[in-house]
Amino acid sequence: MPGNILEANNISKTYGGVHALDNVSMCIKAGEIHCLVGENGSGKSTFVKVMSGAITPDNGEITLNGHTYRSLNPIDSIREGVQVIYQDLSLFPHMTVAENISMNKMVALGKKLVNMAEVRKTAEEQLARIGETMDLDCPIDEISMANRQLVAICRALSLDAKLLFMDEPTTALTNIEVDRLLKIVLELKEKGLSVVFISHKLNEVFEVADTITIFRDGRKVGDFNSKELSYHSLIYHMTGRNVEYPRYVRKATDDNIRFEIRGLSRPGHFEDVNVKMRRGDILGITGLKGSGREELALSLFGLNPSKSGQVIINGKTVSIHSPTDAIVSGLSLLPEDRYTQALFPTHSISENISSASLPSITTKAGLLDRKGERQNAINMVAKLHIRTPNVETSVQNLSGGNQQKTVIARWVLTDPEVLILDGPTVGVDIASKVDIYEQIQSFASQGMSIILISDELPELLANCNSVMVMRANKVVGFLSNEELEKPDAADRLQSMMSGGGDDFQPSIPVLEAQA
Amino acid sequence: MITQMKKFIRQDTTLTVLLGLLIFLILLFGSILQDKFFSFDNIQSMGYQIPEFAFLALAMSIAMITGGIDLSVVANANMAGIMAGYVLTGAVFGLNSGMSDLTLVIIAILVALIVATLGGVFNGILIAKFSVPAILATLGTMTFYNGISTAITEGKGVVGFPDNYLSIGTSAPLGIPLVFYIFFIAFAVVAFVMVRTPFGQSIYLYGENRIASLFSGIKNEKMIIKTYALAGFLSGIAAIIMTSRVNSAKYNYGDSYLLQAILVAVLGGINPNGGRGKVTNVIIGILILQILQSAFTLFAFSPYAKRMIFGFMLLLIMVINFIIDKWGARSKSIAKDSEVVPQEAK
Ligand SMILES: Nc1ncnc2c1ncn2[C@@H]1O[C@H](COP(=O)(O)OP(=O)(O)OP(=O)(O)O)[C@@H](O)[C@H]1O
Ligand SMILES: [Mg+2]
Repeated sequence: MPGNILEANNISKTYGGVHALDNVSMCIKAGEIHCLVGENGSGKSTFVKVMSGAITPDNGEITLNGHTYRSLNPIDSIREGVQVIYQDLSLFPHMTVAENISMNKMVALGKKLVNMAEVRKTAEEQLARIGETMDLDCPIDEISMANRQLVAICRALSLDAKLLFMDEPTTALTNIEVDRLLKIVLELKEKGLSVVFISHKLNEVFEVADTITIFRDGRKVGDFNSKELSYHSLIYHMTGRNVEYPRYVRKATDDNIRFEIRGLSRPGHFEDVNVKMRRGDILGITGLKGSGREELALSLFGLNPSKSGQVIINGKTVSIHSPTDAIVSGLSLLPEDRYTQALFPTHSISENISSASLPSITTKAGLLDRKGERQNAINMVAKLHIRTPNVETSVQNLSGGNQQKTVIARWVLTDPEVLILDGPTVGVDIASKVDIYEQIQSFASQGMSIILISDELPELLANCNSVMVMRANKVVGFLSNEELEKPDAADRLQSMMSGGGDDFQPSIPVLEAQA
Repeated sequence: MITQMKKFIRQDTTLTVLLGLLIFLILLFGSILQDKFFSFDNIQSMGYQIPEFAFLALAMSIAMITGGIDLSVVANANMAGIMAGYVLTGAVFGLNSGMSDLTLVIIAILVALIVATLGGVFNGILIAKFSVPAILATLGTMTFYNGISTAITEGKGVVGFPDNYLSIGTSAPLGIPLVFYIFFIAFAVVAFVMVRTPFGQSIYLYGENRIASLFSGIKNEKMIIKTYALAGFLSGIAAIIMTSRVNSAKYNYGDSYLLQAILVAVLGGINPNGGRGKVTNVIIGILILQILQSAFTLFAFSPYAKRMIFGFMLLLIMVINFIIDKWGARSKSIAKDSEVVPQEAK
């Protein structure tokens, strides 16, 4: 059929009995934005990998620009104009913006010598195509996540992309940055590029999609014109049920302060933070990336020493100099970036879940209780609905959202008094979010004090009984439970976060880790 | 039966390949060299030779599981052997101190173990506290320990040890060399520690992702120091075995063992990037290398030829591992998976 840039026919892929893709057929039209949605593990990423030639399907054929491939390899795929922006972006951290944008093109053209003027020219051209400017000489590891994403897009464009796959591009971005990205995606469409866009945030999907394809259990539920679908019908097709976030109500009667942060400061990161929490409190912390919230979390966890102030748990001032100290004092942190800070990719699910609880699964004789470890993992897999054949599977074989649930399980298992969750539902589908919220709320109901760092307002509104807003390293606002229940809560949070102006430049968080 | 075998093969490919290779080599050399290869003498001499570098290979393996390497194992063992040698020859306590030989031997053993362990601790401190990359830190200490040995001995050997010390290397209860028992027990203990203790588990986790292990509350620094200390301790045992077998200690003894130790670890499936590999598989790697050694000796290859062959083997195995990995990754879709490849740790 003319007008289709890609036609996939009857694609199947199994992994040891798991149908990652089951007879999926799909067309992508030229110049459309096509969104893929579906629960965690429904096969979206696998589909992208098949289309880019990174994995070979067991069955099916792929037609790109009228050329049919039974087994597509990455080189053919690129030649046909397919480009994929993976979540880790695969940029070179120490090279400059210009080099990252242009290098692949230079290599593709078979250039033997690098001409810096040409590199810069290519970079400028591509940035101009998306209407952005950037310091071309800045190394990648010094620019924000959002800008890195743009660099990756420019690199794809420099290679004459006709079809751009973006697998969960917005997970590491703040709301303002997401808006900017979506605007660019829409502009690229106007210029004739086809984009396949994957996201668990349905508002983003509705904002950009022409067509929405829904996946469930490796099968395609259907292709829909985005105008045919409502928020609710989309969720229903995805999950087979109606989904609603549970609203947390604190029931604990013990009103003693169990966790207190008093005047905690680290100049340039966060200043004069004061927090008081009781049992069963869920405190939200929100703010833009770089507002100091992540630095504060790391500091509480012993990785980013504060200059002044105190942390008090159960009336005792604790001095926490390392994550080990923190865990021993009853404080755990689910870190923000699961790939670098949390996962042991080749290790099994059960070893990933136990890694922060090794002392508690050690017997008196000093041996690891492997049976107990396994049993804990089995319980957690059931509780959090982690999709896996068994707990011996390596986490690298799980879908993104299921990896995230595995990491949550790890921290819950440490049974802390205070649990800090930094972006706990990044990349998690909407039904699983409900599972996770139910778990968070039940832990709180059993007495845990939870700090939830997030920039998803619905997440904060559903779970927290107070929310603290940070901006430019300072606490700028605080909403109580009553205020959160008012209809203007979301708007108030939003305006406190951005402070009305847009002059604020987020800084890159610094992790002062040993070893 | 067949399905059981299939399951076994799938569970541990490395082990299957190693066992296959081992059997192949035994049959190959057995059929070429026949009685010479299967003779009691040849087998017993293998039993003597294996433990000597097995301990060095074991030390290397655990360092490599952390994602590091210990290039100082041989230099450290020689330094420890020389210190022990001075005790044994009476240079420390004097000939007329009235100490019995047995006391001297015990002191010498302790000295060897302590010196080598301290050498390991020093490596660990450089790597953990001063963030020196393991390859550079241990290259430095290799030269340093070697320098100490050369300086204090002026390049000469320390010779002439008491008989009860020599019997460590020569006695063979029930026809099996004593050193082979030591080797067997030590491997069992280390293998057990690696899979059944929190310390062993931490080594693997650190080797796979050290930032994640830090966030998991694992004491990275302490664990690294302990690991290199253990590697040092194992080098100390190697020192005792080596010196008692040759009745001397010298700064440049066992030079070729460094390459062999790395070779055996990699052959045994220890991933040089850390986090993966089983100590038990290293034993089979050791057996394979020893069989090659013995066969080459029976073929009367020169040491230089051996070294060349081993060097070539090391490169070959790494290339094969790379190909297997890549091939496996393509079929398993690990390679390009954004959800799998951790971002480069900063
Ligand atoms: N290399 C692999 N080995 C085994 N199973 C795999 C492998 N890769 C994917 N799978 C399985 O295939 C299924 C589909 O995974 P996929 O990553 O495509 O899901 P997804 O829709 O992208 O999910 P998410 O929203 O969580 O990212 C999952 O059940 C996953 O466990
Ligand atoms: Mg995915």
